[in-house]
Amino acid sequence: MEITNEVLKDLHYRMIRIRFFEEAAGKLFENSEMPGFLHLYVGEEAVAAGVCAALRPDDQIGSTHRGHGHLVGKGGDLPKMMAELMGKADGYCNGKGGSMHICDLDLNMLGANGIVGAGAPIAVGAAFANKYRGNDTVAVVFFGDGAVNIGAFHEAANMAAALQLPAVFVCENNEYGEYTPRSKTMAIDDVVDRAAGYGMPGVIVDGMDSVAVYEATTQAVARARAGHGPSFIECKTYRYYNHHGVQIMGFKYRTDEEVDMWKTRDCIEGIERDMLAQGVMTQDEIDTIRAKVQADVDEAVEFGRNSPFPDVDTLMDDVYTVAGANS
Amino acid sequence: MSATETELRELSYLGAVNEALHQIMAEDPDVFCAGEDVGASGGVFGSFGGLQKKYGELRAVDTPISEQAIVGLGIGAAVAGLRPVVDLMFMDFIMVAMDQIANQAAKLKYMFGGKTSLPLTITTNAGAGLSAAAQHSQSLESMLAHVPGLKVVMPSNPYDAKGLLVASIRDDNPVIYAKTKTLFGTKGPCPEDLFEVPLGVANITRPGTDATIVTYGRMAGESLKAASILSSEGVDVEVIDLRTLQPMDSETIIASVKRTNRCVVVHEAVRFAGMGAEIAAQIQEEAFDYLDAPIGRVAAPFSPVPFSPVLEGAYVPDAKRIAEGVRAAVQRG
Ligand SMILES: Cc1ncc(C[n+]2csc(CCOP(=O)(O)OP(=O)(O)O)c2C)c(N)n1
Ligand SMILES: [Mg+2]
Repeated sequence: MEITNEVLKDLHYRMIRIRFFEEAAGKLFENSEMPGFLHLYVGEEAVAAGVCAALRPDDQIGSTHRGHGHLVGKGGDLPKMMAELMGKADGYCNGKGGSMHICDLDLNMLGANGIVGAGAPIAVGAAFANKYRGNDTVAVVFFGDGAVNIGAFHEAANMAAALQLPAVFVCENNEYGEYTPRSKTMAIDDVVDRAAGYGMPGVIVDGMDSVAVYEATTQAVARARAGHGPSFIECKTYRYYNHHGVQIMGFKYRTDEEVDMWKTRDCIEGIERDMLAQGVMTQDEIDTIRAKVQADVDEAVEFGRNSPFPDVDTLMDDVYTVAGANS
Repeated sequence: MSATETELRELSYLGAVNEALHQIMAEDPDVFCAGEDVGASGGVFGSFGGLQKKYGELRAVDTPISEQAIVGLGIGAAVAGLRPVVDLMFMDFIMVAMDQIANQAAKLKYMFGGKTSLPLTITTNAGAGLSAAAQHSQSLESMLAHVPGLKVVMPSNPYDAKGLLVASIRDDNPVIYAKTKTLFGTKGPCPEDLFEVPLGVANITRPGTDATIVTYGRMAGESLKAASILSSEGVDVEVIDLRTLQPMDSETIIASVKRTNRCVVVHEAVRFAGMGAEIAAQIQEEAFDYLDAPIGRVAAPFSPVPFSPVLEGAYVPDAKRIAEGVRAAVQRG
């Protein structure tokens, strides 16, 4: 597959947008400006960027508890995201959802999800709607290596294959579910081995390489668009920070050496190196993009800070859809 | 250690849970713990700390993220003669495993004509207050208490946390033992020995004459605070901490209401079809003629738990709202 300079720049842009957003969110969290649970995507950017760059705006994505990267990758509005993470009225969910429920249905991002594995059946439902309508829209299901052990995930994957739905299953295999290594919870070396059992083609890609993710997704999406059913992509990746929050506190479930090893394969450093070597971008151009994204993120932080907390009177809004009132 | 020293020792709510697990595992080789992150890391909140180091990987098991299979593992192992403690990290995740809990664990003994007992404890963590949003903050006890065959326990302090956990594990029935997340760090006196707080026995944590508050879990502490606010206004409130919702100590509730003639039920769960509905119904059945005012309910409104701390603060009942509820009951008639 030929990868144009535009694609490389696009992947790079999506990844630094995610990285800088997440670094800023982590700081706010450590500063107690962000309540609740925060699951950062830092380290895994190549997956969301590579997948989302291969999608059309109308394609849907189903997400996880680690969902900021998916939304930023799909083009999420950084100020609205930051405000939501801070529990503010101008946030994506009016402060009702927070990090674990952030969503933008206009971007066809079907929502982060606090229940591991629960996003899979929902995304499969979107894939069904696509088939039902006869359009060629595709639904992508993001999920962790831990999530494949949930019944709901298994049911969804089987159903997608049985009904030949236009879905792509993207596993973000970061080798841990919270503080437990995958080797303790699975007897197979590669998650993708499951794909055969569902009757889906499956591939393993380097989840630290956005180009590899982009290529694999492009193929899987083309297959789904053509009506040939779902596929499975296992992205081998790594989260740099703790499962929740930033620094690992208490029980040390992985070694510094392991973390450092993965950081030597950083997705952003990698693509910048390649673009410089191939003359796709100059260092100046990279610096300019970085500065612009940092400014956007800073602006998002200020927006979040300045947004008011929701009015207490909104507490009971949106429990039900009120007939005739389409809000 | 002398008895008084034992009495005086302070322990945190979570520390009490952890101590109970260590002691009961030492006592009974059939007890094992299983759940997500329960083993090597000692649990995401630390309840299972040190168990794997002491008792090995077979007695403090790190499971896959598989709530249905986690509960099922407990059911099967219990039928096969062990005494499992299985953990569902958040009470919200109980919904993921509801078939195993409500259709299987709760009913096996009855459906099999009594042929098995099911000494299974399901530990979990309930409640709002951490900005954990709608899927990590629920109090779902009334759904569980509604299912015949299950027992439901919600301790409000370190002493009860330990004693009720021991009683739950020793009980030959499936017990849901739900801690409250916001109480984890609360300290209180807790004996060092292994002891039981029997299931189904409420605790009158404050005797009073003017009105009865029936409550449990986090709201037990808030209700005591409300009682002291009210006491400065000359209203003497009795507070009953139920400790166990199923079986429920109806006798203690009824006897108290017959003395005070007024009652407010307080819980963190949503009001509609919450435990308050059951308790109010029982009181009017058993003590209608003693009532001087309608039975009040102070509970969460009928919405999912909101994320924003401002909304969540308005959502969860507190001492102030409880006091208002009691005033309404006392001022009436
Ligand atoms: C049904 C359910 N069980 C447990 C949890 C608690 N939990 C949150 S994230 C997580 C680990 C998920 O691991 P994985 O799917 O690999 O995603 P990762 O966090 O590594 O991105 C767990 C156990 C949950 N949110 N939902
Ligand atoms: Mg993982």
